[in-house]
Formats: sequence, C-alpha cells, structure tokens
Amino acid sequence: MATVSIRNVKKSFGETEVVHGISMEITDGEFVVMVGPSGCGKSTLLRMVAGLESITSGEIAIDGKVVNNLEPKDRDIAMVFQNYALYPHMSVHDNMAYGLKIRGLSKAEIDTRVNRAADILELSKLLKRRPRELSGGQRQRVAMGRAIVREPKVFLFDEPLSNLDAKLRVQMREELQALHKRLATTTLYVTHDQVEAMTLAHRMLVMSIGKTEQIGAPLEVYTKPATTFVAGFIGSPPMNLIPGRLQADGSSLAADGDTRLKLPQAYPQLGGRSVLLGVRPEHMEICAEGQALLVPEVDFIELLGSDSLVYGHVGKDKASPRVAARLHASVKPQDGHLPLRFDAENLHLFDPDTGKRIEA
Amino acid sequence: MIEHRPGLTLFCHATLLFAVATLVFPVWITLVASTHTANEMRQVPIPLWLGTHMFENYYTVLTKGVEGASTAPVARMLLNSLIMALSISIGKIVISIVSAFAIVYFRFPLKMFFFWMIFVTLMLPVEVRIFPTYKVVADLHMIDTYAGLTLPLIASATATFFFRQFFLTVPDELMEASRVDGAGPLRFFWDVVVPLSRTNMAALFVILFIYGWNQYLWPLLVTTQENMYTAVIGIKRMMPGGEQAVDWNLVMSAAMLTMLPPALVVILMQKWFVKGLIEQEK
Repeated sequence: MATVSIRNVKKSFGETEVVHGISMEITDGEFVVMVGPSGCGKSTLLRMVAGLESITSGEIAIDGKVVNNLEPKDRDIAMVFQNYALYPHMSVHDNMAYGLKIRGLSKAEIDTRVNRAADILELSKLLKRRPRELSGGQRQRVAMGRAIVREPKVFLFDEPLSNLDAKLRVQMREELQALHKRLATTTLYVTHDQVEAMTLAHRMLVMSIGKTEQIGAPLEVYTKPATTFVAGFIGSPPMNLIPGRLQADGSSLAADGDTRLKLPQAYPQLGGRSVLLGVRPEHMEICAEGQALLVPEVDFIELLGSDSLVYGHVGKDKASPRVAARLHASVKPQDGHLPLRFDAENLHLFDPDTGKRIEA
Repeated sequence: MIEHRPGLTLFCHATLLFAVATLVFPVWITLVASTHTANEMRQVPIPLWLGTHMFENYYTVLTKGVEGASTAPVARMLLNSLIMALSISIGKIVISIVSAFAIVYFRFPLKMFFFWMIFVTLMLPVEVRIFPTYKVVADLHMIDTYAGLTLPLIASATATFFFRQFFLTVPDELMEASRVDGAGPLRFFWDVVVPLSRTNMAALFVILFIYGWNQYLWPLLVTTQENMYTAVIGIKRMMPGGEQAVDWNLVMSAAMLTMLPPALVVILMQKWFVKGLIEQEK
C-alpha cells in the first residue's frame, strides 16, 4: 500500500524532450490510468516510475521516499508488460516464483503465495505448463500473477490488454477491476484505449505529446473536458467542435462558413469572443424545425444497428464546419437536412487559441 | 511444383544415386581396406568387399600404431584430437556467449571499438596469422601442450556474432521483467540468457567440434612429439615416404576411427542442431 508522487518529471532522449514536466499525486489504493495517443510519453512516464528509464529532472516518490536513483528491484513495484515478458523456458509456477526466489523467500512461503495467486487467477491447473502452451488470456493472467505474488506497493501495467482480442479484453477488464477491488493496491495503468481508461480508472491522466491535458475522474473528464484535445480524445466519435464568434449578446454563434447557430442559453459575459463550440454527437437530438439550433446538411450516415451516426456540415458549402450526431436508428433525415438541438448543460466552450475550456 | 513424369523421376533418382555413390564410395573403400591384410591391399585390383581382419587391424592401430611410421598409437591421437576439439568448441562457446552478452546488454565506454575489434578478427583466420601466432605460442613455451594446441583457435568472432544476433531477437522486456523481479546482470545471464541459448549452443557445438577435430595446419606446426599428434595429422604421418611400402589396411583403419567421432556428434545432436539453426524458443 503506498502513495506515488510524480513531481514535475521530465524526460529527454538526447536533445529531444519527450515528457515536459508532469505532476500528479496518487493516493493509497488508487487506480490511475494514464491515457493518450501513441507517442504521448505515457509509457515513458510509467517506465520512469518503474525505474527502467532514468528521470531527466523532477522527482518520483513512492510512499514518501524519493526513488529517482533506485534500481527497479528496490522500488517495491511489480510491472505487467504489453507482451507479458514471461520467461519462455520456465513453467507458470517458476515464472511467478522467480522474483520471490531471488528475494530469498523460503520454498514453503513461495509455494503458498504462488498457489494463492494461481487460485485468484484460476491458473491452478496450469502451473506446470510453459508459457507457449498457454492462450493469450492465460499468459496475461500469468503476467498478472507474477506481479501479485510479489505483494508490491505499486502495480504498473503497460498496455496489458492490447494484445488480446476484443472479447477477451472485455473479460480481462472485468477481472482487473475485481482484482483491484480485492487487493486494493495502488495501480498505475497505461493505455491508449479510452474505454479501458473510462471503465478502470478512479482517476485518469490524459496526456498529449508529453504534457498533462487533464487529471480527473472519468466522468469529470467526459463531462468537463479541460481542453479541446481531451474533448476530441475521450468519446467516440469525438466531440463536434465548431469554430465561430459569439454575438454581442452571447445568444448565438456566427460560425465559420457564414452560418448562424442559436445557443440553448445566452452567454452575455462572453459576447463578441471567438470560441470553439463543442457538443458531443450523442448529445444531439432531432427536433422540430422551429426548435432547431442547427440544421446541418447530411453528408452520409453510418448504421450501427442500435444507433446511426449522421455526419453533415452546418454551412452552405462543404468546407464549412462538420458535425456528427449519434441518433436512434429509427431517425430518418428529411430531404438531406436534419434539425438538431442540444441542452445547455451539454454545451462546451473552448478558447480557439489555447484550446482551454472556458467556464461560463 | 508437382509433376508426374516417369522419365523425370527416373532421371532425378539416377542423379541422386550417382551423387550418393560418389560420396559413399571412398568411405566404402576405406572401410573395405581396413578389413584386409596389408598384402591383400597391395594386389591389383584391390578388393571391393569386406575382408576378415577387421578386429586385428583396429586393435593394432589403436594400441601400437603403424610399424615403421613415427606415430603414437591411434588411441592416444584420438584422445589428443578429442581434447583439442572439445576445448576449442567449449572454449569458443563460453567466450563468445559472454562477449556477446556484454556487447548486447551493457553500455560501456568504447563499446563500438571493441565490437569492431572482434569483427576485424573475422578477416584474420588462423592461416593468415599463423607465423606471429606460432611465435607467441613458442615464446610462451606452449609448444607440445594442449593449451598451445587450442588457445589460438578459441577466440572466435563468428560464434560471438551468432550469439549477438540471437540475443537481439530476445525481447527487451525479458531483461526488464527480470530487473523488476530483482535479478542482477549475472543472474539474468544464468537464469534467462543461458537457458534460452541452449539450442543455439548445441548447434554451435556441432559445428565447432567438427571444426576443431579437422584442424590440420595448426597442430602440424605446434606439435613435435609423437604423443601430442592429433589423429588428423597422425594419419598423414602413417604414410612413410620413400621406398617403404604403405600398410594401407592400418592407415585406413585409423582413418575410419578418425571419421567416427564427428559423425557421432552430428548423429547424436542432430535434433538439437536443426532446432538451434531454425527455431527460436520465445
């Protein structure tokens, strides 16, 4: 059980800085997911916590103790790798026992711990097998077992589910959740998959190109994205972002492409300001022509069965801002136009220059 | 391509049979010669079928050697060859795996320099550096010793590269996982790298054993006493020059005995050998 403090941590490879100063306090027992597109530095950050990468500047402390110069083995962490990194020549039992053996635990103690972990992960019948005789999901469990038996202060997961097929991923996600509930060990988890992030995290750290975009609980990140990057990254399809300028009275938006959008609520204090107006596709509703806030021209429709995704543009020409709406499958757009509305609480405003959220 | 033309099949088999015969015939003659008396082997034409003196011939060469030729008994030479071949193959494997481990898994000053130094030795096989090497070995008083026979042949770039290439295919995560598990470099070497390299080592062993066993030029230079001769040069010494008649039956018996160990190594380690060259356990 431990806290993890990441204080203004930076990482450079030669001249190139890839992590530009990340700070986060992780409380005891918390499940924190670091999420971002490939190359955003999330894995590097995790590897710095693990001690597999050196820290260029800043500090990482585990349980209050600065670990910058400690070897991975002295940090009391356990890590699960993307490709599992099981020792191919050792049995499942030996894979899990290896770290304990090195630490000099007695054979009886090792067997107790391995058997307990095997029970939790339903690996008891497979203990004698070699990794290559296991399926992907079983290998994944062995990798987790290897972490569990160590009873470390912190679990580190580096995209552990990305090598599994979609069905197994859902199942392992549930198992991970159950496991964390059971062990309540502080966990850092790296993924590029927003669904994993949303479902597993107590709090998530959204990263882009080596910077923190937002730290917050999944729902908070979804309902109040701090930046346009987060708005685009979390949610599928991404949030509609319509550039334009608020009218003086703040009741409508002159969107690029010479279109006027009514707003569900006036923002007089922001009158005359350039903004990006954000609405998630799933918050769009079809409505009567008179109540419509925007009437996009439909470009194409994707039928998903339960829903359909309608893509269109709000201006007269095709270059004008595009919008997407997730509507019920029964909705049929009338002669290429679709009157849409949304609630004021689902409207987000961002500064077009900084990309930051404008709290109105 | 699958074709069913009897003519083609016949032609293919004929070619194959001819090739096999070309390879096997000399060996057959050697075997036949080793089973006759010296006199029978001096007849024209020489016999093409097995004789009856096999055991006495083999017994003679193994225990006494060839009358009149300046050699030790073949048993002694086989032992010399065995010691040389084993020392060379095991020595090369040990040195190569350790140096490849250093080159792949460690950052140290002048790493590339050392890497290239090893690489350069590929261009300097024993035959090219034979005189300076002889001088060094002689100055170190290693003439007529097993050390002198094997040490200069042990340093090997080829095996180092073989291991290096294999280590590069081992995922980095294995090293990282063992670091997280608390294994130091040596522990990682013993517990992970060496077991993973087993099949590669076996394959190398076969190649290097044969290489060591078949050395001719270097043992010829560095041994002067009969009891240090290896089997390969011993056979040559069994054929005295000048007027004296050659005891072909005994020479051929010695040749048969000399061919045996490499063949045994190949046959016994075939499974591992093939595995090591084609399959990697990951």
